[in-house]
Amino acid sequence: MSPKKPFFWLLVAVIAVFLLPVVTRDVGLRESLLLAAIYIILATNLNLMIGFTGYVNFGNIVFFGLGGYIGLYLVTAAGFPVALAATVAGLGVGAIALVFGLGILRLRGAYFALATIGIAEAVNAFVSNFGPWGGATGLYLSFEAYRPLGGPREALWTVYLLLVAVMGLSLFLGYAVKTSRFGLGLFAIREDEAAAAVLGVNTPLYKAAAYSLSGVLPAVAGALFFFKQGVIQPDQAFDLTLSTEAIVMLMLGGQGTVTGAALGAFLYEQFRGILLTSPVFSSFQLVIAGALLLVTVLFLPGGLMGWLYHRWPRLRRVLE
Amino acid sequence: MLGVFASMLDGVLVGAVYGLAAIGLTLIWGVMDVINLTHGAMITMGMFGLYLAFTELGLNPYVALLPVAGLGFAAGVVIYWLSVHRVVGRPPLMSLLSTFSVNLMVIGIGTILWSTSPYNIDVSLPGFSLGEYTFTGNHLLAAAAAVLIAIALSLFLARTRSGKAIRAVASNRRAAELMGIPSSQVLARAFGLGIAIAAVAGGLIATLFPFTVLSGSDYQLKSFVVTVLGGLGNPTGALAGGILLGLIEGGVTPFIAVSWIPVIEFALFVLILIAFPNGLFARRTHR
Amino acid sequence: MSELLEITGLCKHFGGLRAVNEVSFTVGTGEILGLIGPNGAGKSTLFNLINGVLRPSAGRVRFSGTDITGWAPYRVVRLGLARTHQIVRPLNDMTVLENCTVGACFGSQALGLGPARRVADEVLELVGLADRRHQLAAGLTIAGKKRLEVARALSARPKLLLFDEVLAGLNPTEVGRMIEVFRAIRAQGIAIVMIEHLMQAIMNLSDRVVVLNFGGKIAEGRPHEVATDPTVVEAYLGDPNIAARLAEPPGGAESPGREPPGREPQVQEQGAAP
Repeated sequence: MSPKKPFFWLLVAVIAVFLLPVVTRDVGLRESLLLAAIYIILATNLNLMIGFTGYVNFGNIVFFGLGGYIGLYLVTAAGFPVALAATVAGLGVGAIALVFGLGILRLRGAYFALATIGIAEAVNAFVSNFGPWGGATGLYLSFEAYRPLGGPREALWTVYLLLVAVMGLSLFLGYAVKTSRFGLGLFAIREDEAAAAVLGVNTPLYKAAAYSLSGVLPAVAGALFFFKQGVIQPDQAFDLTLSTEAIVMLMLGGQGTVTGAALGAFLYEQFRGILLTSPVFSSFQLVIAGALLLVTVLFLPGGLMGWLYHRWPRLRRVLE
Repeated sequence: MLGVFASMLDGVLVGAVYGLAAIGLTLIWGVMDVINLTHGAMITMGMFGLYLAFTELGLNPYVALLPVAGLGFAAGVVIYWLSVHRVVGRPPLMSLLSTFSVNLMVIGIGTILWSTSPYNIDVSLPGFSLGEYTFTGNHLLAAAAAVLIAIALSLFLARTRSGKAIRAVASNRRAAELMGIPSSQVLARAFGLGIAIAAVAGGLIATLFPFTVLSGSDYQLKSFVVTVLGGLGNPTGALAGGILLGLIEGGVTPFIAVSWIPVIEFALFVLILIAFPNGLFARRTHR
Repeated sequence: MSELLEITGLCKHFGGLRAVNEVSFTVGTGEILGLIGPNGAGKSTLFNLINGVLRPSAGRVRFSGTDITGWAPYRVVRLGLARTHQIVRPLNDMTVLENCTVGACFGSQALGLGPARRVADEVLELVGLADRRHQLAAGLTIAGKKRLEVARALSARPKLLLFDEVLAGLNPTEVGRMIEVFRAIRAQGIAIVMIEHLMQAIMNLSDRVVVLNFGGKIAEGRPHEVATDPTVVEAYLGDPNIAARLAEPPGGAESPGREPPGREPQVQEQGAAP
């Protein structure tokens, strides 16, 4: 991606914004942006499946949660440094996803969506019973684990930086796939899978690759996030609500575009933050999220980016 | 040994109710190719509707099923026009999300009204005993009600004008319209019917077990499993699938911890989906 | 001499229905073979068997010396066998250029994006869609979409093209233009098997014709022979003098698309679907 492309500068700008709290040492801003970064990571990687390939991964949270568990387990039981644990978690989940993907991607549209929910629930239920991973009580991190990073307070800054890096990688990955031959094949699958096969796209392989790829960075993010939290429990790790919120963000911003995914995630996170702190609206959070989603699906299926592209078609060639 | 048998028998009874719940889902799925993600919320509404009728109005819970069904039907029609009408025939993602959004709203309101505390309908009917094992009247009546409603539905679809209209639209919407059938209205009625059945199933479940605002989603997941077992769009298959699921649950409970049952159910679900993309009771298709 | 495409004893059963019944024929390099027959005769099903969309119940398909029976469609196109669909399937939310780029990227040569776009551009020039290259496929007219189907298949750099009723639904001017495209394709040495109901095109373009009825082959030969074959006349053509009447230059004002008396109207062929 050359500096001539607008997307390059967009990426630089986004990273600059997220590095702001590091410069100012503002913990409050950091925490807010950390959540935004997680949402952006989830949405942009989910985009690979929903936006690019056209398969709705309702259970996408399973990557995040599994990554969290593998990462935390490697840190507590094997003493891995967090960056290594997170990387292994990411690659491990990617490999597992490839195997599962080859199985469930034979299913068409809605059945696939259900199967992903089934997998998420199955993994959730399994982990709740799995002794070595703490069963229903989960895994806990002792403060010792933060020692190599200079203690808990410094560790939080390191983890934040790593998460911003993963976010940057996610955005870059979305762009790279979208502008590649692989991405072209995925879009063809999304438009008409049977026609894509007739045109020569190896649909089973491509779908499985997209599914696997879409799990790697969320898994890394999961490992980092739960390391920061210091604890991981099944219901929180495999929270289907967050899984669905990722889809909502993607739809709001505009699935199929990297900018849309990032924008949708960021706006939703800000919006949610406002709702939660407002005394009037906090219990209405779900209701408003639902209403927002309904309006988007019915009237603005292309999301924010879709609307923008419609108004200004030239944008389509400028932004990704 | 008798213990396992008794457990499985009880499982069959409960399974019939699972089957009824799944019928609501599979009916809508089969008629308009929409996976109704408000299913769980409507089951919950059925539970609380029955609870309110029982506690506030003092109605006999089984009698109260009638108004619950009626309200469920009305709610279903409203939901259809609100969120499904515009997305029928569009890519499945659209209807998945639109019904899910309604689900979010309903559960959101439900949480505000009733929080996530458990509720219970205190009704106990005399049953019968088999040695040291008792089958409560609740279970027996619920199972009987489920089977009766399933039969009534079959007759409705096969013998009545409305039912045939629904089958016609399910088969070929455009052709049905050319025959003078107002397809959108028929779809709305079919959707309402599916929701009514879900609500009644919820009500029946409320007579069996304690429940919370979030319980519906568990039964929605079970309904998915059952629908996949029985083949989508196949109400008889759904009933059979529900009984099968209940049987499996009953057979397995005496031997392993309850917390493992969801693992087995969901693993089974995914495996069956992969191996039999059209359900266990569907005809074989050709590539 | 080994033929480009050899079909031997191809069968497809759906339960008790024999959609394709012991069909055999060959296609040589650079040849144009017409495939005709009444609706429901099994022509589209035959195409599906050849390019791997359906698995044959019996029989074999050899292409370019390789047995491709039962191969998945994306492997078949890699050997150089591309097809169009009877009901067009454009990649709607992608541009005309992107549609053809897909064909070029994943066709007989695994091209990268840059070279694929160049191939796509050339093909769009040939087919006459170059000025619409950045238009979304969904916005094309039906004639445009048909041309896109052809262009996309061509972008795969095939040795053999299966054209399924490309001319159906086009007005006489569009038919004329498409026939010119066919001629240009043939000039490049690419073989074509074309399913058509438009006898004008069949008579004037085909080197040979195969006739199907009820899933089986009832005639094969040069266009003139087939057109005067009494079995074919009875099963499909209706008019024994059709060969003479249609031996006119294409684009003539009255003939293209006009049905001779007694023939069924042009309806979308219903392949026996699973």
